[in-house]
Amino acid sequence: MTLTLESVSKRVEGQTHIHRTDLTLQNGTMNVLLGPTLSGKTTLMRLMAGLDAPTTGRILWNGEDVTGVRVQDRKVAMVYQQFINYPSMTVYENIASPMRISGKSKDEIDAAVRKSAEMMKLTPLLDRKPLELSGGQQQRCALARALVKDAGLVLLDEPLANLDYKLREELRAEIPKIFEEAGSIFVYATTEPEEALLLGGHVATLWEGRVTQFDETPQVYRHPVDATTARVFSDPPMNFLPFEKRGAVLHLDGGREVPAAGALGGLRDGRYQGGFRPNHMELERRHEGDITFETRLAVTEITGSETFVHLDHHGTRWVGLIHGVRNLRPGQALTAYLDPAHVYVFAEDGPLVAPASYVEAA
Amino acid sequence: MSDATTSAPGAASIPGDVSAAEPRARSRRRFRPNGSMIVMALYLLFLMLPIYWLLNMSLKTNAEILSGFSLWPRNLTLANYEKILTDPSWYMGYVNSIIYVTMNTVISISVALPAAYAFSRYSFMGDKHLFFWLLTNRMAPPAVFALPFFQLYSSVGLFDTHIAVALAHTLFNVPLAVWILEGFMRGVPREIDETAYIDGYSFPKFFVKIFMPLIASGIGVAAFFCFMFSWVELLLSRTLTSVDAKPIAATMTRTVSASGLDWGVLAAAGVLTILPGALVIWFVRNYIAKGFALGRV
Repeated sequence: MTLTLESVSKRVEGQTHIHRTDLTLQNGTMNVLLGPTLSGKTTLMRLMAGLDAPTTGRILWNGEDVTGVRVQDRKVAMVYQQFINYPSMTVYENIASPMRISGKSKDEIDAAVRKSAEMMKLTPLLDRKPLELSGGQQQRCALARALVKDAGLVLLDEPLANLDYKLREELRAEIPKIFEEAGSIFVYATTEPEEALLLGGHVATLWEGRVTQFDETPQVYRHPVDATTARVFSDPPMNFLPFEKRGAVLHLDGGREVPAAGALGGLRDGRYQGGFRPNHMELERRHEGDITFETRLAVTEITGSETFVHLDHHGTRWVGLIHGVRNLRPGQALTAYLDPAHVYVFAEDGPLVAPASYVEAA
Repeated sequence: MSDATTSAPGAASIPGDVSAAEPRARSRRRFRPNGSMIVMALYLLFLMLPIYWLLNMSLKTNAEILSGFSLWPRNLTLANYEKILTDPSWYMGYVNSIIYVTMNTVISISVALPAAYAFSRYSFMGDKHLFFWLLTNRMAPPAVFALPFFQLYSSVGLFDTHIAVALAHTLFNVPLAVWILEGFMRGVPREIDETAYIDGYSFPKFFVKIFMPLIASGIGVAAFFCFMFSWVELLLSRTLTSVDAKPIAATMTRTVSASGLDWGVLAAAGVLTILPGALVIWFVRNYIAKGFALGRV
């Protein structure tokens, strides 16, 4: 089974929500749509489901054109960010409803409902109404309904976004396991890069209605095709540092000159954007060749075992993720250290020129 | 009331017993009328006075009604009620009213449900204007429509039928029902519709099995308003009927006959006319409270 989007686009009232997109999703894979809010994740999902019709292009299911087919006649299931169940039915009825409609026998329905309820730990709650359940239980009910349908395409639109932290972690670990057994195509929308990495499979990064890259998740993380993808696939966002290479010297903003070390030495002369992830910024010297930056601390956020430092560097805001709790005062001067091996090099207009050399070594 | 507490024999005279003094003080405080009680009492008095007077009259004889002022019936009689419940020209008024009110409520709700769904879910050309213009019919007094309706129904042979009155009342009730139901439907997330379609429900099945139970209280509120309007509306129902479909309100107002005014029977008819409305309010009172909170009303 495959789902293919052929130059699909969506325009609403003159505004382009999805630019021309080509995408092929394979059977039994987890596909994560990663992008910030309003990047078009939900729109793309609705196109895949058949809830909306694309403005241009075709949607193929196993090579068969299903562009105009009603959503009732497609084998899809969907779980929304809000907990959507039928409030007037019990949990049992909710889970059974897609099977009831397709005219399965009573025993078959009962067996399937009990099995998926067991998986979602809903067995003691089958006789309750959805609104009497907690948020996590309501969402599990919606997930169970999506599971029981045995759909070829399962769409999960930020299913964990409205849950509390603990439940989210628990369900996030369960979801890939559960859906692996089912063997359908899974599409999972999220705003969090961390979630995409945990779920594995493939990831499509979205930015302003464009799929910027679609590949296996580690590949996208290590080799982002352009600065936009790198920015989307990093939380907090990737830091950028414009520089110009002339000979063996990198000219930074503010007139600083740094010798071009390692992979940076192999670049052709010209202007570039260097990009590095927040966790690669250090406040102590780790390596001999580290580049130093004189910065001023704007804000710190302590998240238990880690500290986010927001630094001002010649008018640019950088974020660093530092291990341990640091006692720092806003406004104080700080020296930041960066290993040149952690620097991705992008052309000024975006495309990747050279990945960070630590990636090549790994 | 304060007499009752002080009359406990010897309670205050037991030496050293201080416990008696305290409840007395508390009870005096409890029965001291405060501002809100007075307001409430006055409110109820003004509200209930005409209804009480109607009930009072209906249980008197004509002679007593005309003889002078009495706060309650001296010679209690049920003859007035007996007359209404045995004379077909009286009780058929109720039957006619109930028939056309029921017809009207059923028609209004079944027409308003799909209309309200369209307004709440789809955007189409002129939807906002149309939604507002729905209400403009309610801005015109029914008297305006009496003449065209009379002529139209006479010429197509609908005059003096139940359906004529029911249809005439839909002119006012359908917009109101659409307005009320749309508010309730907007409260149901669109995702529920989509989930149902994804599950495989066809539209009619989804609407009846999933959507209508969700807005049941809205349907109750809308039906209540349709019922009440149609039940109390006099002008159109009187204009469009003569004998076969004559409503009770018309019967009541035409009883000023040659033999004078039959006060007692009229009052009894009035009491019986209030009853269905009171019953309906009693049954939907919880929904109404919910309706006022949730929906647009």
